[in-house]
Amino acid sequence: MDNEKPIVDFSAIRDAMGKNFEPVQVMDGQAKVIKPEIIAKYSNEQLVDFFKLMLWERTLHQRSNALTRQGRLGFYAPTEGQEASEMGSNAAMKKTDVLMPAYRDIPQLIQHGLPVYKAFLWSRGHVLGNEYPEDFHAMPPQIIIGAQYVQAAGVALGIKKNGTEDKVAYTYTGDGGTSQGDFYEGMNFAGAFQAPAVFIVQNNGYAISVPRRKQTAARTLAQKGIAAGIPSIQVDGMDFLAVYEVTQAAREYAAAGNGPVLIETLTYRFGPHTNAGDDPKRYRTKDEEQPWFDNDPLIRYRKYLTDQGAWSEDQENEYIEQVKEDIKAAVKQADEAPKQKMTEFLTNVFEEQPQNIQQQITEFQAKESK
Amino acid sequence: MSKKTYIQAITDALRLELGSDEKTLVFGEDVGKNGGVFRATDGLQAEFGEDRVFDTPLAESGIGGLSIGLALEGFRPVPEIQFLGFIFETMDSIAGQMSRERFRTAGTRHMPITIRSPYGGGTHTPEMHADSLEGYLAQIPGLRVVTPSNPYDAKGLLISSIRNNDPVFFLENLKLYRSMKADIPDEAYTVPLDQANVVREGTDISLIAYSAQVNQSLKVAEKLEKEGISVEVIDLRTISPLDETTILKSVQKTGRAVAIQEAQRQAGIAANVAALIAEKGALYLSAPVGRVYAPDTVYPFGLAEDDWLPAEDEIEAKTREILNY
Repeated sequence: MDNEKPIVDFSAIRDAMGKNFEPVQVMDGQAKVIKPEIIAKYSNEQLVDFFKLMLWERTLHQRSNALTRQGRLGFYAPTEGQEASEMGSNAAMKKTDVLMPAYRDIPQLIQHGLPVYKAFLWSRGHVLGNEYPEDFHAMPPQIIIGAQYVQAAGVALGIKKNGTEDKVAYTYTGDGGTSQGDFYEGMNFAGAFQAPAVFIVQNNGYAISVPRRKQTAARTLAQKGIAAGIPSIQVDGMDFLAVYEVTQAAREYAAAGNGPVLIETLTYRFGPHTNAGDDPKRYRTKDEEQPWFDNDPLIRYRKYLTDQGAWSEDQENEYIEQVKEDIKAAVKQADEAPKQKMTEFLTNVFEEQPQNIQQQITEFQAKESK
Repeated sequence: MSKKTYIQAITDALRLELGSDEKTLVFGEDVGKNGGVFRATDGLQAEFGEDRVFDTPLAESGIGGLSIGLALEGFRPVPEIQFLGFIFETMDSIAGQMSRERFRTAGTRHMPITIRSPYGGGTHTPEMHADSLEGYLAQIPGLRVVTPSNPYDAKGLLISSIRNNDPVFFLENLKLYRSMKADIPDEAYTVPLDQANVVREGTDISLIAYSAQVNQSLKVAEKLEKEGISVEVIDLRTISPLDETTILKSVQKTGRAVAIQEAQRQAGIAANVAALIAEKGALYLSAPVGRVYAPDTVYPFGLAEDDWLPAEDEIEAKTREILNY
C-alpha cells in the first residue's frame, strides 16, 4: 500500500494556485516599451497630461508631508510610490462614477472633484472637509478597512437597479484590507448580483508593518477574486499606462453589465503608514527598499517622455511651482473655515430631532451665545 | 379592519410601503421565495418581483454594507437580519457606518434604512437566537431603536420607521409573532417614533416596559386593580432615544416607578430609564426606582429559559415592593 498515490495531490494543487497571474506591463522599469501598440494610442500631449497627474500627486505628497510636520495638517497617510497605481486607475474613471475611497486615496478624491482645501480640512478634523455637494459622486475616506468594499457593492447594485448607463462604483483597499471579511463579502455580493463594481487592491507591500508574505498563503491577492467568481488581474502598479489601460478595460467590462472586476496593482509605499509616528525602519531594510525606490513610477515615465523630447526639467519645475501655489491657496482657504459648533453637530445626528437632541441643542445654544 | 397577528401586521406594513414607494427594497437571507424563516415577507417577492424583494448571500456585514450603498443611490432599504443574535457580524455597518453618515457628511447624505430583526426569549431557540441585545444598539448616536408590543403598533411603527430618513433598528418580538392578534386598519397608518404610549392609566405606580414585557405588565396591573391598586403602564415603543417627557410626567403623577426589561441587568434600557428618573425626577419619588430584569449571565440554554426570563410574578413582586417601600 505504501507505493500507492493518494487520491488527490494537494501539494501539486497548492503549487499551481495563482501561477497563471502575470502582471500586465506597458513600459518596464527601464522605460522600455513592452506594448508599443498601447503607447501608440496616445499623443505626446496626452502622455504629458498623464505624467502631470503623477507629478501633481508627488508634489501634493511632499507638501502634505511638510505641512503635517509643521502642524498645519492632521492625519496624513503618505502616497509616495503609489502615483501610477492611484492616478492611473482614477484617470480611467468618469466623474459620474462613484468613488468609495479609504484614507490613502485622498489624491483620487481630489482628482474626482474634491477641492484640495476640503481634503486638508478632513485631515485636520473639520466637518466641512466631508461636506460634499450632491453631484459629487464619492463618500468621505473610509477608516474601517473593508467597509468601503461592502458599501461599493451596494452602490453598484443601486446603479444597476436604477438602470443608469455607463456608470460604475469603484473602491480601493491595500494588501492589508484583503484579509478582511468585508473584502470578500463585498466582492461576493457584487458578483452574486452582477453589479458594476471595480475593486482595486493597491498591494503596497505592507499592512502597516506586516509584510505581504505574512498576511496570506495566497500567491497573489488577485486570486482572491476568483473565489467570488469575478475576473481578476494583476498589473504593474509602477506603470501608469498599464494601470490606466487595465482599469479602463475593467470599467468598460463592468459598465456593460458583465459584473464586477478585481485589480491588484503591485506597488510600494515609499514612506511610513501614516505620519503619526510610524517608522518603516522598524520592519523593513534599506536593501529591500532601494530596488523599489529605483522602480519609482515617475522615473520610468519621465525617462520615456524625455527620450521622446516631450518633457524637460524646466517644464517640470514650472509645473511643480504651479501645483505648490494651488496648495498654498488651499491651505489659506482651509484656514478660513469657521470654528465647529456643537449645535451644528447635534443638528446633524437626525433629520427630526428626538428629545435628547432637542434638549442638548438648547443647552449648547446657551453656551455658544455667550 | 382585519384581525391580524403581530407578524401579519409586519407583512402588511412591508407590502403597503413596497406598494407606495418604488424605491423601497426588502432583502436579506431567505426573505425572497421562502418569505423569511418566520414568513414575515411571505408573498412579497411574488407580488413585487425579484428586483424589489430579494435574497442575499449569507453574510450580515454584506447586508449592512449593501444597505448603505443602496441608500447612497437613492433607495430606501429594509434589510432583515434573520435573528438579532447575528448583528455582531454587521455591527460596523450599523454602529460604525450608517448611523454616522448624516453627521459625518455635515447632513449632506442620509441613510433611510430600517433593519428588521426578531429577538426575545421563550421559544426554545438555539444559542444566539433569543438574546435581547437592544442595550448595545441603544448606545449608538444617530440610530433609533424601535420595538412594538402589539400588532397595531407593529404595523404603524414599521411604516413610520421605513418612511423616516434616518436608520431605525426595528426589533420584532419572536414570541409575540403569532401569540397576539388584534383588529387593525387595512390601510397604511403611522404610529409616531420617539413617543412612548401610556397603555393604561393609573395613579399609584408607573410600570415602564417595552415589547413582550408590556403585556406582562398589563396583566400585573389588571391583577392589582382588584386590590384597589391603580397601576400606570407605559410602553416605550422607541427605546432609544427615550421619550423622557412621558416617563417623567407619569412618575410625577404616581411617585413610584418600576422599569422592566427582558435583558440582563447590566447597562440596559431599564438602567437608562432609572437614570433619567434619578437625574430629572428624583424629587417626584416616594421610593427608589425598581427594576425587573434577567440575571447577568449569558442567555441560558433552552430548557432553562423559563426560569431565567423575567416573569409576570417577578414584575408583580417588584411592583408590590416599591409600593410598600
